[in-house]
Amino acid sequence: MEMLGPGRAWKFGDDINTDYIIAGKYKLSITDINELSKHAMETIMPDFSRRVRKGDFIVAGRNFGCGSSREQAPLVLKHLGISAVIARSFARIFYRNAINIGLPVIECAESDRIMQGDVLEVDMEGGYVKNLSRKEAYKIRPLPPELREILRNGGLVNYVKAHGRLPWQ
Amino acid sequence: MGKTVSEKILSRASGKDVYAGDIVVAEIDAVMMHDGMAKLVIDAFNEMNGRRVWDPSRVLIVIDHVAPSAYEAFSKVHKLMREFAFKHNVKFREVGSGICHQLMIESGLVSPGSLIVASDSHTCTYGALGAFSTGIGSTETAAVLISGKLWFKVPETIRVIVDGKLPLMVYPKDVILNIVGRVGADGATYKAIEFTGSTVKSMDVEGRLTLTNMAVEMGAKTGIIEPDEKTYAFLGSIGHKADSGFRSDEDAEYSETLKFDVSDLEPQVACPHRVDNVKPISEVEGKEVDQVFIGSCTNGRIYDLRVAAEILKGRHVKRGVRAIIVPASRRVYRQALMEGLIQIFIDSGCAVCNPGCGPCAGAHQGILAPGEVCISTSNRNFKARMGSPEAEIYLASPATAAASAVTGEITDPRRFMREG
Ligand code: SF4
Repeated sequence: MEMLGPGRAWKFGDDINTDYIIAGKYKLSITDINELSKHAMETIMPDFSRRVRKGDFIVAGRNFGCGSSREQAPLVLKHLGISAVIARSFARIFYRNAINIGLPVIECAESDRIMQGDVLEVDMEGGYVKNLSRKEAYKIRPLPPELREILRNGGLVNYVKAHGRLPWQ
Repeated sequence: MGKTVSEKILSRASGKDVYAGDIVVAEIDAVMMHDGMAKLVIDAFNEMNGRRVWDPSRVLIVIDHVAPSAYEAFSKVHKLMREFAFKHNVKFREVGSGICHQLMIESGLVSPGSLIVASDSHTCTYGALGAFSTGIGSTETAAVLISGKLWFKVPETIRVIVDGKLPLMVYPKDVILNIVGRVGADGATYKAIEFTGSTVKSMDVEGRLTLTNMAVEMGAKTGIIEPDEKTYAFLGSIGHKADSGFRSDEDAEYSETLKFDVSDLEPQVACPHRVDNVKPISEVEGKEVDQVFIGSCTNGRIYDLRVAAEILKGRHVKRGVRAIIVPASRRVYRQALMEGLIQIFIDSGCAVCNPGCGPCAGAHQGILAPGEVCISTSNRNFKARMGSPEAEIYLASPATAAASAVTGEITDPRRFMREG
């Protein structure tokens, strides 16, 4: 959990909304996560689900995950093996959802320095993203300890399985 | 130090004296889920070994997104929801009852000062009644069903002051589109937006609901309006007595204050494919439309249907255009029937569908083909939201939508101003 990658960057822009991550028409008609994942990012990158490999990163600009509260959005990304989403900023429900299902979300002010295909590593403990392709490192905003604890357990459900209670119980 | 309404509500619900930036665990007054999310919620509930719902009287389950079901996969979800609802004895609303947010309000679960969460991003709507309400994910919803509690970061508040008398045929929807256009899709991320000012104070609760509904389109955690006599009268009219609630202190701290004067506001339209891509109607007029949708949790209430009917009365929907009208709830539907509005819609050639999300959910009742254009009173115009990624969605008020249905192109409703 504390070290992520190495993996390739898939670069997206600002305001990537949850309909782009997984369109409502699929969310509402397909309940199988394998099938659903095939449509991830389809509206803006039609072959994404076929080209992405386990361990890759999504890199984006501002307000990643804006729009609906659908948890299927972080779920399909996790299911495709994305190791983390690195963005300049996140929409709040997506951010919470990602943590709750165990998909690391990383706020990084310099995410725009990362280019499509760059190979990255993330050190959650040290608080930086390493860009192996460009030999650069970018600082990340540390997660509050409460949330790191949920992520470390692989999400809220796994937290409950491990501890027999919710973090606040 | 003074507090905002949001700080007061989260202080009350957490039993602590808290301010923006604090992280709190707070007690939830009500929680809701709908069929777009229910399977994930129920799966998470079971996986977390949930046995009982902490307080069934505070839980509402609604079938509204694909209602009636259009796919077998969804029929299975609905079946699962019914079984869960009956097993745990929670409040349940069947196909045809209406949109989850409207039903939350009508069910009396929303009071000024209450803290409400639901697995839907437009949960921010209830702030119009002085509640602190926000959308959460499905796993968290399951956690609330089990524990009745959730963690929150107390948000900073942006104060939006709206002043001025709204011109004729310019509506709360035009006001909020104008605000979203200026603030931007992420201009209020993680924050609460408090709407105030003379325009908001003189608005009916129905109009206020349209404002707070779209707070999330600016990234906000919630939209909130201080309760007043209108709030209590509205609650009284749906059989819910309340006189509680909080008001912001004079010396409360805001992260920002934005002022709007709407006395000269034109009708507004959000253009594809962003909600903050807002233009005055004069710049968009003439764009041909294929579908008109009047409904949703933004603009499917009786006030909205009256506005639409006023324009459609004695006129006909343009040949080649389909106009779909979906009342927000059965209660709204019945009222519209009594007032003769449904008759007007039918006579003008509209398709009136059963209460629910309708085309807004993008799964049935009005999917767009490639190249088609829809003008909609809902709250999102993202690419592919209503079907094909090559379709376009414009967002506008019920008046603008109804006027566009008659002419077949995006039309300034003031062209339909009736004498007297
Ligand atoms: S009407 Fe539209 S925005 Fe409102 S709850 Fe239904 S799908 Fe969501």
